[in-house]
Amino acid sequence: MAFLATFNTLKKNGILGMNERNVNYISKYNDRRLYPLVDDKLQTKLLAQKMGISTPNLFFTIAHQHDVKELSKKLEPLDAFVIKPSRGSGGKGILVIKSKTKEGFVKTNDEIITIETIMRHVTNILSGLYSLSSTPDVAIFEDLVIANSVLKKYSYQGVPDIRIIVFRGYPIMAMLRLSTKSSDGKANLHQGAVGVGIDIKSAKAISAVQEQTRVYEHPDTKNSLDKIELENWIELLELSAKCYDMTKLGYLGVDIVLDEKRGPMLLELNARPGLSIQVANSQGLLPRLQEIEKIEEIAPNAKERVSFVLEKNWV
Amino acid sequence: MIKFSFYFIILLHIGLGIFIAYQRHHQTQIPFLPGEETKVWLIEAKVEFLANPNTPTMISLSVPSEVPNYKIFFEQSSSAGYGFNKVEENGQKKAQWSIREATSKQTLYYKVQAARGDSQQPPTQQINTEDKKLSSLMWTKAEELAIEDILSEAKSRSSNDETLTIELIKLFASKSMGESSSLLLYNKDRVEVINAILNQAGVQSRIAMGLKLEDARRNQSLISMIEIYTNGKWVLFDTLSAEKNIEENFFLWHRGNSLLDISGAEDAKVTFSMIEQNISNMELAKVYYDKSIFRLFSIHSLPIEEQGIFKMLLLLPLGALITVFLRLIVGIKTSGTFMPVLIAMAFLQTSLLPGITAFIVIVAMGLVIRNYLSYLNLLLVARIATTIVVVIFMMVTASLIGYNLGFNTGMTVAAFPIIILAWTIERMSILWEEEGAKEVFIQGGGSLFVATLAYLAMQNSFVEHLTFNFPELNFILLSFMLFLGRYTGYRLLELYRFREFKGQ
Repeated sequence: MAFLATFNTLKKNGILGMNERNVNYISKYNDRRLYPLVDDKLQTKLLAQKMGISTPNLFFTIAHQHDVKELSKKLEPLDAFVIKPSRGSGGKGILVIKSKTKEGFVKTNDEIITIETIMRHVTNILSGLYSLSSTPDVAIFEDLVIANSVLKKYSYQGVPDIRIIVFRGYPIMAMLRLSTKSSDGKANLHQGAVGVGIDIKSAKAISAVQEQTRVYEHPDTKNSLDKIELENWIELLELSAKCYDMTKLGYLGVDIVLDEKRGPMLLELNARPGLSIQVANSQGLLPRLQEIEKIEEIAPNAKERVSFVLEKNWV
Repeated sequence: MIKFSFYFIILLHIGLGIFIAYQRHHQTQIPFLPGEETKVWLIEAKVEFLANPNTPTMISLSVPSEVPNYKIFFEQSSSAGYGFNKVEENGQKKAQWSIREATSKQTLYYKVQAARGDSQQPPTQQINTEDKKLSSLMWTKAEELAIEDILSEAKSRSSNDETLTIELIKLFASKSMGESSSLLLYNKDRVEVINAILNQAGVQSRIAMGLKLEDARRNQSLISMIEIYTNGKWVLFDTLSAEKNIEENFFLWHRGNSLLDISGAEDAKVTFSMIEQNISNMELAKVYYDKSIFRLFSIHSLPIEEQGIFKMLLLLPLGALITVFLRLIVGIKTSGTFMPVLIAMAFLQTSLLPGITAFIVIVAMGLVIRNYLSYLNLLLVARIATTIVVVIFMMVTASLIGYNLGFNTGMTVAAFPIIILAWTIERMSILWEEEGAKEVFIQGGGSLFVATLAYLAMQNSFVEHLTFNFPELNFILLSFMLFLGRYTGYRLLELYRFREFKGQ
């Protein structure tokens, strides 16, 4: 019972390490000049709309400090909304308002904040506090996603999302991310969310992880995680595969939410997706990456690529 | 192909670094280790004479230029009021002093510092005719017979030029050829006689005047030795003990012609004193630098002020390499990629413990104040600027408190790069809000750990010596960085991160 893994066991399991990901995959398959497409959520959104990929409704954006004053007027017709920095990373700077009361705006954790707090938050976004290179940014106001009722019971607050790694247009690994109390309603694994590995072929849960440790039930909702099976799986996979055609980024993390009414929607894209998905799946990424690397001619159609993947026996 | 050229470039850089460093060491004698010392001899010639009044005085002293087995690196004359010149006459270097008017007893000094080492020019040149003429004496008939007598005796005991010389010296020393030798030595110098006999026997020989090096000797005069040319090189013989190759302790001052020429003075004499000293190889190297091409590529040629800056800057690559290693191979998280190196540079000035304490105190207090600032709803740039001012005030306050308590903290805190500190505070504060205190401690601790390791490497006097004196070694660091940049293996901390796979 060793405390650490060894180089050998990691290699045998085909685990992709940070260095190898950066050198052999990200810098090899992701063209630098395409990064703005995914680093800038506004661009991703507009591009997705053009490609016919559904995303949460965009209400408006705020790009200039002098527009912040008009915020309370602009927010008047909205009951629930999400504020995002257009170029934020790792879920930083995302503020979710689920309803309004007389006292102010209600966050997902039922904390009530005032319009001043929201204005300060927008100011922070504009000054680039959450953006990747601390450059001035744009605040996006978009519709709040109503979580799919099946998945909602697993998650503590927040909306569960599905992260799919798409390599050269082929979806190769997937994970359901459930927010927890400790992740403050956010679905990012390094913030404490639970990741449930989903079998690409059967859409069934494989295993789950929180804070890099194996878990079997959600720490807050106590729901057992091994019975999860996702609906509309092929539609989800095709959506993720389309994101490759949209961005041409070879190594891509696609985050999809399941809206109760609108179905799967593209939430955001990531050109540097994390590695914890391997722990959630109890599988390394390397064998799948290497198999896809062998393909000389990528199938032009997202449907074809998905059916290619579905024929594989990767578990 | 890319892989090949990549490794070729790496090897090229390593090779280049080692080659230039070795060349620099070889040509300029800069030691690879700091604090290395070399034994050197300080030899002082003292010329004393009575100057004739009302006539210009001119003193010319033969001085050494190329000494077998020694390297002269310092020469100086001290002689108040005299004009001084160095000239070369018939291949012999001379020191010349001149003065228009001098009276009574005068003293001049000429100092030479020499270290053991290969002579700049191997003494293999053929004897010149000048030397031959000087060494030929006039003989009477009886003396010529005595010479033949001694020569035949010596020849019968010897087999070549070297042994002939040895036997000849022994014969004159042992007095076994009593009559012949005392006839020859009457009114003549023994060494000159031996030299003349050797010449007559067809051996190329000459007289060398020099000093036996012994520590702290005073009032020494030059002693004569015999040099013969055999097997393509000059071999030196002691004229008393007949030992050969005595250069180790024999410092050759001059050859052949007269040691001292004077005009306008009388009663001149030259005495020598010598002392053995230890000087650091760095001092020695400075002398050689001027003669080497590296003069143009050395930081030593810059003004001292700029040298100080480069001394710091040239340490940076090592700190950067350590950061690269700890991030890529170990996988430690730091706040800001190269912030730890800059903190380590500050530690160099504050030393470690006061540095870490000051850093933690400033950042912790900064975080408290930054927390208040976040309520003011400031724009980012203004907030950072405010944090900068706050950090400066904290430094001043810390210095004042420290000073009143008797600590010298002013120097300590002022060494930190203020802008970097302000940004660190800002980033940590955001991190605290976004990811919680745990992540702040992980990244803050990681940064301090990397900074400490970088500091420990950079403050090493050996490292400082190498990076400053052999800047080309940075090529090697560069190639390591390139190499690490292509490392695709697992990070050590990933063994923990992916520990769930341990059993599978």
